[in-house]
Amino acid sequence: MTLSHETVNVDGWLEAGDRLAGGSLTLLGLWADPPNVKMAMLDEASGDINIITYACRHGQYPAVGVKHPPAIRLERAIRDLHKLDAIGASDTRPWLKHTAPPYEFLAAEGEALHQIAVGPVHAGIIEPGHFRFTANGEFLVRLEARLGYVHRGIEASMVGVTLDRAAMFAARGSGDSTVAYGLAFALAAETALGIAAPRRAIYLRALMAELERLANHFGDIGAICNDASFSLMHAQCGILRELTLRAAEACFSHRLMMDLIVPGGVARDINEDGVAQLRALLAEVRRVFPHLTELYDNTASLQDRTVTTGSVKPEYARQFGAGGFVGRASGRDFDARRRPGYAPYDALKFDVPVLTAGDVNARVWIRIREVEQSLALVEQILAALPQGDLRIDLPSRGGDGLALAEAFRGDVLVWLRLADDGSVARCHLRDASWFQWPLLETAVEGNIVADFPLCNKSFNCSYAGHDL
Amino acid sequence: MAVITDFALQGAQMLLVLLMAPLLTGLVRKMKARLLSRQGPPLLQPYRDLLRLMRKDAVLADNASWLFRVIPYLVFAATWVAASLVPTFRSGLLFSWTADLIAIIAVLGSARFFLALAGLDAGTSFGGIGSSREVMISSLAEPAMLMIVFAIALIAGSTQLSTMAAFMNSAEVGLRVSLGLALIALTIVAVAENARIPVDNPATHLELTMVHEAMVLEYSGRHLALIELAASLKLLLYISLIACLFAPWGISPAIIAPLPILIGVAAYIGKLTVLGALLALFETSIAKMRVFRVPEFLGAALMLALLATLLRFVSGSF
Repeated sequence: MTLSHETVNVDGWLEAGDRLAGGSLTLLGLWADPPNVKMAMLDEASGDINIITYACRHGQYPAVGVKHPPAIRLERAIRDLHKLDAIGASDTRPWLKHTAPPYEFLAAEGEALHQIAVGPVHAGIIEPGHFRFTANGEFLVRLEARLGYVHRGIEASMVGVTLDRAAMFAARGSGDSTVAYGLAFALAAETALGIAAPRRAIYLRALMAELERLANHFGDIGAICNDASFSLMHAQCGILRELTLRAAEACFSHRLMMDLIVPGGVARDINEDGVAQLRALLAEVRRVFPHLTELYDNTASLQDRTVTTGSVKPEYARQFGAGGFVGRASGRDFDARRRPGYAPYDALKFDVPVLTAGDVNARVWIRIREVEQSLALVEQILAALPQGDLRIDLPSRGGDGLALAEAFRGDVLVWLRLADDGSVARCHLRDASWFQWPLLETAVEGNIVADFPLCNKSFNCSYAGHDL
Repeated sequence: MAVITDFALQGAQMLLVLLMAPLLTGLVRKMKARLLSRQGPPLLQPYRDLLRLMRKDAVLADNASWLFRVIPYLVFAATWVAASLVPTFRSGLLFSWTADLIAIIAVLGSARFFLALAGLDAGTSFGGIGSSREVMISSLAEPAMLMIVFAIALIAGSTQLSTMAAFMNSAEVGLRVSLGLALIALTIVAVAENARIPVDNPATHLELTMVHEAMVLEYSGRHLALIELAASLKLLLYISLIACLFAPWGISPAIIAPLPILIGVAAYIGKLTVLGALLALFETSIAKMRVFRVPEFLGAALMLALLATLLRFVSGSF
């Protein structure tokens, strides 16, 4: 992969927008580094990433979202956070900012239609988000999500602090993906400084990332089944998730492995007795998980709920550049571990499962297959774990860098610019959920109201990672 | 003297169902938890929950009418009366002449009608969704239930539960296909009426998938306690009904003697335990169905009951 930077004028910016709309490039991120706006685009065939920078004039830049809808919410967020306006934008409502006058939801008109407002406080203990359904009896005709309830100002807090402290902020972007966030931030910082972490640290990072993926996938598979009221899978997957977290604690003394990945390496080594517990975990999962897969596949009442429910069209997955199981269940063959790719995955053998059905069932199966791949990866990492340093000292210099890391739900993008003293001048984190939330709105169309929780759980988008 | 004993026995029956109902709910929850390798809440947890709710203040929506406040008492009273009429440990109780199966269905039907009104009363979208789903389900469950009553009444020659139970306990009844069909149909209706999996999930936190829970979402405090108790009573009622019609063994006849009554109580508790365990097992092994599959599910109950009635017409021996 190559990373290229370009500063463009109006024509260059608009041409980039056309290429995104035409489908030859995929939008990776659109963010502001006032007074500039930056856009990262991926060439899916080669894995090349191009970052273009446009210097805003009078706080304005040409809207990309009019031609390429995935950019709309990013542009709205830029205006809320940095007061830079997208000129010609079709949707000028605020996005993350909640102080403005009452939010106007998009209209869906018809005689028998009625609205159902759900959230931001839900009956279960989940993250806050508001969903506005327009339904005809039980059938959904439109869903519009309203997010931003957990905006904590993480990006603003990172300005001017040291890299180590900024890494702690990044690790709190979305708690369930704390390893992936830490990894993406560390990779971006290392790119900016032109250094690389020691080999042992690289392997330990991958080990943590795969353990996090395992724990989350177990949790998701069980939770999806539980939303169809099949609590047996939930209980059994809950046991596997707990065992994974306990193995993580035995290895790294922290169940979620927070703050262990730092720019320049890892904060601590793996505990010796943790390795034995990790091998026991692998054996246990290999013994139990096939039975659970079989149970999922053979329970007709469960299959009746998941098959053909909440389908995401492949063209939407491609247009929005949806990462993770949402994209891969709808035919988008993309995994940041493989392309653009980062160490040590180039030296490890793993498959990226891809399905085309795009329904809840497909998203469950992608997770099941990824669990199997992650098990194999953990084994390979344990076998190949090199000896050596854990961390190198960071030079104090400026620069900017971008990195993608594959979290369990998709690619996390981190871009940062360092000041000359090595502190963070501006950092942008982009969760995979930015491009998955809009697809959820398309997936539920034509489904019934009571199936929304199932669709939503199969996406399992992050609220915190999106709102930051 | 006989009158006093009759009153005492009928009173004992009323107290028994009231006191046993939360225990049955606790038992089903505990068994489900054990089946899922969890510890589960203690058996007595439903009593504690009821006490906790009783002590709490009730929060009312500003636009809730007087109906909203009255309905929990109405629903509870109706369900309690209905549950007290089903013979549990002894037949021929004081009020057993009112224990007509059609009357019981009517009493439960009115309770549901008022609960659906309460769901609509506060004007929230979830209450409306819950009420509309509940009415859709009941509009299919009630005809099926009536058909089941006809099927069994044709065989037993009465719709009066004590008489039906006595007939079912006699040698006259024999093995009948139509009774088997009626049992399956009654089980389906019982599952649907009690908002159990696969029709509804009593333990869900997903407001959009709820049926019964969505309808009562606005209730709190003592109102919620009464509604929860009524729900427990209803579960007990249906299990008692199945036990009384299809497993009437051990029910004490209408004589006054301590031993048969003790046997009756022990047999009743045994039946509740077994049927509760079967319910827990069934609920663990199946996922909830889509809302629009419910008519097919209940349609099957209606068809089975209809078939049972028809078979009975075709030949007296079925």
